[in-house]
Amino acid sequence: MTLSKITIALLAASALTLSLSARDQIKMVGSSTVYPFASSVSEEFSATTKNPTPVVESTGTGGGMKLFCASSDMSSPDITNASRRMKAEELKLCETNGVTDITEAIIGFDGIAFAQSKANTPFNVTKKQLFLAVAAEVPSADGKTLVANPYKKWSDIDASLPNREITIYGPPKSSGTRDAFEDMILKAQTEKMDVYTKVYEADKVKNKGYKEYGTIRTDGVYVEAGENDNLIVAKLDKNRAAFGVFGYSFLEENADKVQGSNVDGIAPTPDNISSGKYPVSRSLFFYVKNAHAAEIKSLNDYVTLFMSEKMIGKKGILGEIGLIPLPEKERTAIRESVFKKEKVTAEMLSHK
Amino acid sequence: MDKNNIFYDPSLKRRHLKSKLFKYFTLFSLVVSLVFLAIFLLDMVLKGSSAVQQTYIQVEVSYNQESIDSYRDAVAKKYLNLLSRAALREIPNQIQKNPSLMGTKQVLWMLADDQVDMYMKEYYYKIDEKDMKTLEELVKNGMVDKKFNTIFFTHGDSKSPEYSGILSAFIGTILTLAVTMLVAFPIGVATAVYLEEFSKQNWWSEFLEININNLAAIPSILFGLLGLAIYINVLGLPRSSALVGGLTLALMTLPIIVVSSRAALRSVPASIRQAGYALGLTKVQVVKDHVIPLAFPGIMTGNIIGLAHAMGETAPLIIVGMIAFIPDSPTSVMEAATVMPAQLFTWAGMPERAYIERTAAGILVLLSLLISLNSLAVYLRKKFEVKW
Repeated sequence: MTLSKITIALLAASALTLSLSARDQIKMVGSSTVYPFASSVSEEFSATTKNPTPVVESTGTGGGMKLFCASSDMSSPDITNASRRMKAEELKLCETNGVTDITEAIIGFDGIAFAQSKANTPFNVTKKQLFLAVAAEVPSADGKTLVANPYKKWSDIDASLPNREITIYGPPKSSGTRDAFEDMILKAQTEKMDVYTKVYEADKVKNKGYKEYGTIRTDGVYVEAGENDNLIVAKLDKNRAAFGVFGYSFLEENADKVQGSNVDGIAPTPDNISSGKYPVSRSLFFYVKNAHAAEIKSLNDYVTLFMSEKMIGKKGILGEIGLIPLPEKERTAIRESVFKKEKVTAEMLSHK
Repeated sequence: MDKNNIFYDPSLKRRHLKSKLFKYFTLFSLVVSLVFLAIFLLDMVLKGSSAVQQTYIQVEVSYNQESIDSYRDAVAKKYLNLLSRAALREIPNQIQKNPSLMGTKQVLWMLADDQVDMYMKEYYYKIDEKDMKTLEELVKNGMVDKKFNTIFFTHGDSKSPEYSGILSAFIGTILTLAVTMLVAFPIGVATAVYLEEFSKQNWWSEFLEININNLAAIPSILFGLLGLAIYINVLGLPRSSALVGGLTLALMTLPIIVVSSRAALRSVPASIRQAGYALGLTKVQVVKDHVIPLAFPGIMTGNIIGLAHAMGETAPLIIVGMIAFIPDSPTSVMEAATVMPAQLFTWAGMPERAYIERTAAGILVLLSLLISLNSLAVYLRKKFEVKW
């Protein structure tokens, strides 16, 4: 049984290299939306500096935060990418695990498109109408109580909308795009609506979810179509009546098949998203563990490259693959704070 | 048949009809599965066949200090958007490797941008008007050509679709499976030998048998969770490495190997063992020199099928971090690596259209590897099979 001898030798050898190896390769985890941008920077970084290509894992924003905050030693990732801001609880988790010196970087925007097949006439929708189409519970006709969403056709919501079945393909609960969609379309509106706050105030513990109501209907109108946005594009191509919710880069890349709807009269174009006019857009982030920079010499260089004009600037490389750049003033400001390694504080995260 | 015939059976007609129907039903099932397979293969071949070629553009490249400082200065500005950025990026490295290039100008076939490639392959493309004019002129002058896509086989993953390939994933697969087999083969076969040859048949061994069979059928993602818990969190082995991936897949393959090796050992007739004992051999001698060699073709078949199973697996590898952007080929089992199905999974989720053909081509490569492995299993069985 020479094979088992080889096995033992192999395991012994690997245990040995483990104890000897100091890592010089950057490791990243986090959002699948930021993943293409981060890996583009990784590739550019290794091709131009001769450092080993940083490993970019796509774990989703929440999963990335967990891994990032799990420990401060070198086996943990150096950077986590996020399609939303770090939550206060996540910072707390980091701190209890000894990860205290984190810097936040904003790299740009991502618009969330509400798209349909190109064969249809362009669609105009307001945030309010979108909310009425997707929420699980909506205000009743007299506006006094909450009822299970009765709308089956767009024309039921508003007579000005076409007489078309509501079918929406969107991301599942694990996705950051879904979180952002719930935040911007549902929660942002329901927190200001008396019908919902009344329910919350009636029983603050039991009806906690009604403070900022963000539950999407599950009666088959909103169809969870998986994390793969290409799949949603393919479905819209087949099912002309349906709408899809996905990131801007997929809209841009499939402009022959799908078109974005105007939300509140604003089209999802790079300019509108960058200026903040388009109402369904979010910032993209990454977080760096500063303590790791001492051991991994290339970490600072990677961050510098990522924040450079060449990457996230107006004509930057990431713009070509769908990142919407920040306005110039904000770019300069965020760059400065990243280079100064400003520490993330709980106070900072409470601002939206 | 005549009703007056003494062999006349009134139910005969119905029975014949029934048997005919049953035959057609089974045939129909076969046809259905073949049609599905054919549609899948045809779809992949149609989508993937265009990846055999890649578009190149003939341009003048200047090797000088300016191109080292900014690789975008190495070619005339009007060609910049038509060429692959990933290929241009290599120009400073080329000078570094071959200093004699410095100060020269060369007319070269440079890799074209993925959008140009999409245009040449008559897919949907996005090229703005100005660049389109330049491109049309280049095409007219015969400066644009499709060549065999060597990059696909000699490069790892890239965020520029035209520069991406499956090499790093292929090497990652080999390293991962090597670890899997080095661990699962000896342990699996030894377990099977013990259970089949040495252990007593009692409630305990039956309990074990049920559990091993059960283990062979549980969803593979659970093995990923187990791998994460044991190898990464407890033993501290590096995340995303071929070692962790291989060990995780070994957990998954073990029950398959145990079950198939036991079946192979069981098929060796008792007379062989009895003859051995009659000649005064010890139990170990009988097992080692007679039973195992005779059962070996069967054991090998089981192992190869287990290996093919492991090769196509992605779910447990997501958990241990092997689904990631890893363009460099790993050189040891401790380095970050990815495997072929994981690479296909990543490509399928990318927005760029050019990844569609690469995904399909990658699937064809993976399928042909699986087919060769499975045919090897069939060949080994046919060649060394002993009929009793």
